[in-house]
Amino acid sequence: MALAPTGTVLANGLTVIVKPNHTTPAVSLLIAARIGAYADPADREGTAALCARVLDRGTVTRSAAVIADDLDGRGASLSVVTGRHQTAISATCLAGDFAAVLGLAADIARHPAFPDAEVATRRADLISSIRQDDDNPAPMAVDALARALYGVHPYARKIRGTVPSVERIRRQDVVRFYQKGFQPQATTVVVVGDLDPDATIASVATAFGDWPASARASEDQSGSAPPAGPAGVAVPDAIAPHERRLVAVPMMNKAQADIAYGFVGIRRSDPDYTTVSVMNNALGQYAIGGRLGDSIRERQGMAYYVFSGLDATLGPGPLTIRAGVSAGNVERAIASIDEELTAVVTSGFTEQEIDESKSYLIGSMPRQLETNAAIASFLLTTDFFGLGLDYDVRLPGLIQSVTRDAAVDAARRLLDPARATIAVAGPWNADRADDGQGHR
Amino acid sequence: MPDVRETTLDNGLKVLVQEVHTAPLASVWCWYRVGSKDEAPGVTGVSHWVEHMNFKGTRNIPRDQVKGIIEKFGGSWNGYTWIDQTTYLETASKDALDRMLFIEAERMDGCLYDPADCESERTVIISELQGGENDPEQLLDTEVTAAAFKVHPYHHPTIGWLSDLQTMTRDDLYGHYRRFYIPSNATIVVVGDVDSDDVVKRVAAHFGGIAAGTRPPRVRQIEPEQQAERRVVLRKEGTTAYWKAAFHAPAFADPAFFPLLVADAVLNGAAGLNIWSGGSVSRPQRSARLYRALVDGGLASSVSGGLMPTEHPYLYGLSVSVAEGQSLGPVEQVVLTEVARLQRDGITPAEFAKVNAQLRARFVYDNDSVTDIAHQLGFFETIGSWRACHDLGSRLDAVTPEAVQAAAVKYLTPENRTIGWFEPVTQ
Repeated sequence: MALAPTGTVLANGLTVIVKPNHTTPAVSLLIAARIGAYADPADREGTAALCARVLDRGTVTRSAAVIADDLDGRGASLSVVTGRHQTAISATCLAGDFAAVLGLAADIARHPAFPDAEVATRRADLISSIRQDDDNPAPMAVDALARALYGVHPYARKIRGTVPSVERIRRQDVVRFYQKGFQPQATTVVVVGDLDPDATIASVATAFGDWPASARASEDQSGSAPPAGPAGVAVPDAIAPHERRLVAVPMMNKAQADIAYGFVGIRRSDPDYTTVSVMNNALGQYAIGGRLGDSIRERQGMAYYVFSGLDATLGPGPLTIRAGVSAGNVERAIASIDEELTAVVTSGFTEQEIDESKSYLIGSMPRQLETNAAIASFLLTTDFFGLGLDYDVRLPGLIQSVTRDAAVDAARRLLDPARATIAVAGPWNADRADDGQGHR
Repeated sequence: MPDVRETTLDNGLKVLVQEVHTAPLASVWCWYRVGSKDEAPGVTGVSHWVEHMNFKGTRNIPRDQVKGIIEKFGGSWNGYTWIDQTTYLETASKDALDRMLFIEAERMDGCLYDPADCESERTVIISELQGGENDPEQLLDTEVTAAAFKVHPYHHPTIGWLSDLQTMTRDDLYGHYRRFYIPSNATIVVVGDVDSDDVVKRVAAHFGGIAAGTRPPRVRQIEPEQQAERRVVLRKEGTTAYWKAAFHAPAFADPAFFPLLVADAVLNGAAGLNIWSGGSVSRPQRSARLYRALVDGGLASSVSGGLMPTEHPYLYGLSVSVAEGQSLGPVEQVVLTEVARLQRDGITPAEFAKVNAQLRARFVYDNDSVTDIAHQLGFFETIGSWRACHDLGSRLDAVTPEAVQAAAVKYLTPENRTIGWFEPVTQ
């Protein structure tokens, strides 16, 4: 069953995508601007994250308390999330409340007030969450990997920022960030749920149609960077490391170590994207973690979780292998990952492995596109990367056309254990680690 | 009310089917009335370890064919164990219905428990336990729960105590499996683009030949009434302080459950009653009393409440992450002041209307996929009756503001609570 969403672009450049789904009397709404942590000022990592936390805490005409009372009174949920390249207002409500929630969400997107008191409170919240991460081996390993793998490339930076960088952020930085990114021609609204498409598009047009395309709030214009249009972000290539590197983040109070073992991956626009996705599924996702899961969890019983993930976005995000193991098994787990990657690179995958991954990726689509939230997220992604509103129809064919040889070539292109970057956070202090990155 | 077809096979297996024709999918869940409360001292964690072993090959599914058995159909499978239940699921194309039922029938009666697999899984489970221990909030939760229960086996964590995981044998695992994995202790739930009559026939074909077995003994322990406040203070290396309180609470079937659920919604925003996917839609809590007092007040970075539907009386928990630079004492004072205010003044009509709307919306969000609908039917059947799924609205209708206040007065008392502090120590 094709999704066949309805899409349109308003006169001011705002994109609207609507898809009815009548399973439950509820609606999911996304309002996404094409700006994220990538646009954080150089010494103020965390600006996007702070903007997301303050955005829905008061508009020109509604206080934070009024917004909270309105949403909570309807049992509606609204949150703002940010990634490297997008910031989205995400709401779920009953169908009968949609008009009111859309109006409120549009007000948040268009007229946020960023009250000083809220900036202060949410900055403290953000710092608390950074401090919580500082005591958690999983994010510590992933952050250490990003720093070691990307070096001076912007993808080395943390979306949440650091305690000193967040302390430096002023209200004016948040306002500038908002003004730079929240413009109708850089915004997409996706609505999925128990709705009528034409009426919903009309409602979105009412809520956003008079948002001027050149919208720049009156304050804080001086000195702000020129706006980055939808296609205005040019993420530079990342230089893949030429040698292997091992970084330790000792956290001796912890029960278990987290390993993040990675490579510079590919862009979403890479012609090999689908091939790499199939390869990644066979490597570290299929069933209980693909080949890696077979070895490290099933045969050796070393870890509760091991998997690989591909973060292909505007720029070349990482391909990361993750595992949680006891301190005594860190070396053995790394050696097993090396061994599996070497086997893939030298002997390739079997025809059966690639066929099974393809069947899975194709066959799982109806399940993964069942709920309002999942469909909305899929449609936003297809819009963001310009894949077309029929992408769900074309995707099975794209996956089907991936050959075993192409998948093996993709593995050889990306996975070379001799050039892997490895970060270990936890009760493990490697004598052989390069270190210099650990900071506890 | 959606139509649920209910039938029981001769061997005692309960079958529940609901037709949902919105997507070409079917979700199959097989539920067992066995959880960590059904474990004796010395073998804590056995239910969860058995769940892991039941993914490792059966008489008719060789070990090397487990991988991909459902993924080939685009499906996913999983399982979980908690205090009252162990459950397994597959969601896939409706064309895979027979395959899913075959897997569950094999799981009920044909798992192998190869000694080498048992050993290999021991370290996987210890790794799961240690991964959890990396989280100070989870450490605190384990200690507070253990302190709150002295007699009832809700005392020990579902994953088990490490010493038991180190010493349990293959025979312990296999014995537990044979004792509890019988048709009369199980419920099979099928929801999706299926025909009810056809499903019942297929279930009978796959499961009808499994012997009924002897119903396992049930837990008889009753937790004595708590006589005084208990306190747990963990001082460990860390960056963040955490505060927790656990009050003995009514079981799901108790008339006081819904009044206390409404009280929690007033304090923290409504969380719904689907423990499988309930976290996927964030709580509407910014106007809730504790959020305003603690988070907007700058004392905490998060606060939540938890009243879970359980078979026996369990706990109502309040959990707070203390904000950077703040400390546990003032957080505790604010929480206890808000609790006292709820007991003294009750709730306002506006709050009552608000949390009613929240809970009704959550009950809709709780059922937004065939997988979730099937989960809810099986979950409530395992702790009582699936009909509870359809009675949530009427039970909420019966709640009055006076009943909410009375529940707060009865349950949120000093002598009924265990308070836990996690105080980070910097090295």
